[in-house]
Amino acid sequence: MPALVIAEHDNQQLKGGTANAVAAAAKMAGDVHVLVAGASAGAAAQAAAKLAGVSKVLHVQAAHYDGGIAENYAALVVPLAKGYSHVVASASAFGKNVMPRVAALLDVAQVSEISAVESADTFVRPIYAGNAFATVQSADAIKVVTVRATGFDPAPGGGSGTVESTPAGPDKQQSKVVSQELTKSARPELGGARRVVSGGRGLASGENFKMLETLADKLGAAIGASRAAVDSGYVPNDYQVGQTGKIVAPELYIAIGISGAIQHLAGMKDSKVIVAINKDPEAPIFQVADYGLVGDLFQIVPELTQKI
Amino acid sequence: MKILVPVKRVVDFNVKVRVKADQSGVELANVKMSMNPFCEIAVEEALKLREAGKATEVIAVSCGAVACQETLRTALAMGADRAILVETDAELQPLAVAKLLKAVADREKPGLVILGKQAIDDDANQTGQMLAALLDWPQAVFASKVELGDGVARVTREIDGGLETLEVKMPAVVTTDLRLNTPRYATLPNIMKAKKKPLETLKPADLGVDVAPRLKTLKVAEPGKRKAGVIVKDVGELVDKLKNEAKVI
Repeated sequence: MPALVIAEHDNQQLKGGTANAVAAAAKMAGDVHVLVAGASAGAAAQAAAKLAGVSKVLHVQAAHYDGGIAENYAALVVPLAKGYSHVVASASAFGKNVMPRVAALLDVAQVSEISAVESADTFVRPIYAGNAFATVQSADAIKVVTVRATGFDPAPGGGSGTVESTPAGPDKQQSKVVSQELTKSARPELGGARRVVSGGRGLASGENFKMLETLADKLGAAIGASRAAVDSGYVPNDYQVGQTGKIVAPELYIAIGISGAIQHLAGMKDSKVIVAINKDPEAPIFQVADYGLVGDLFQIVPELTQKI
Repeated sequence: MKILVPVKRVVDFNVKVRVKADQSGVELANVKMSMNPFCEIAVEEALKLREAGKATEVIAVSCGAVACQETLRTALAMGADRAILVETDAELQPLAVAKLLKAVADREKPGLVILGKQAIDDDANQTGQMLAALLDWPQAVFASKVELGDGVARVTREIDGGLETLEVKMPAVVTTDLRLNTPRYATLPNIMKAKKKPLETLKPADLGVDVAPRLKTLKVAEPGKRKAGVIVKDVGELVDKLKNEAKVI
């Protein structure tokens, strides 16, 4: 039986690690279908059909899926799930909201935020904030799985799946989105960025984050922050990298004025190359950094920005 | 209106966990246990709603071994009115906990269930959503603000890229994110008082719930260790290494 991936999208494009979830699903089942539901998600459905490994896209056209309402998504996915061996989504805020609801209604367990697929029923997932990794086997007939995007490279394009129009499920009318305040940024999305420049309490103010913006723009990087910087009010919470924020694994992660608390390391230690800039030579961040530079960030960052 | 607050006993967040040598799990013997931090936030939010006159009673509930009584006493010392322990020594997974909580909710008929978005041991992030599904109630997860109106809860949620405000019909399930509030400490007089507050004990069988686990843990391993790298002397050397050694810029 194929695997069904629940796509996250903004009607135009796939988002939130959907392509990574497709790549993970392809390791669980031979064939992958993708569900794309939204008011006018034709473009996103076409994009899903082009992902390698996808043979079919189920395209549902209905406005009550916009906003990712969990009750409506679960009511749509549960009847469809009977035809699949696996139901998979990225462990984004969307996937984490919807998938346990699907699992409970199917009376099956969910395997959360897997970082590797061992076999069709066995998965590896971090526990204790990534301080241990559990290998778990599911005995359920339908496996409901969320995928940590950094564990899987996104499925490449070049596929040629078909798009099939699929009837909508009920509008449960139990909840509605009143408003969304999204941080507007021309920079890449933190979760999927190839380069990330992150600041911590060492920046000492939100004003000083501007310095990081210049560096990030020169590198084409996203901006992140430690929980300390967020708690101090320097930047909004959606910048947060760590156990309680976003998990990132870019090619280059530059940690500036970040001491390296366990909870921060849990969110970035899978990055390919880590650079740490900190005035304290004893800061734990240096224990995971490939390149460390001890000194005053207010001198180093402008110089780095200039020399890169 | 009653508010039901499920709480979980977990390894204290300050403890650095160690994987057992036989890879059967993490070492739990002689390790400090505490209430899961997200659950503390849930208790605090429920108490604030009661103090604001939006709720009449806060009931803490926990599922697990006898020792979970300590966690419930903590919730009572913070200010919860009474507590329920669903006692079992069986391994409990989120689906089983959600079923137990549904049975408790069916008995207590709360207007709101507030619980932590995830426990810091298994990091599953499932129980609230599963409970909402089983009750066929709406869910508002990862809350950073909760306001109660006439038959609805207006919840600001932490989502990728920003915030979302969701309006859910009550009864509903809300799960807490870190920034919702700062939990109060239990004072000594309140800790003493908590010892006299009612704590009812039930068994899964009393609630007619099969708690058999669905997932089998085959092994638990240490994460791959990252080697510390080199300390460079200046920005020039750093840029050179990034360009010519790591080849990432």
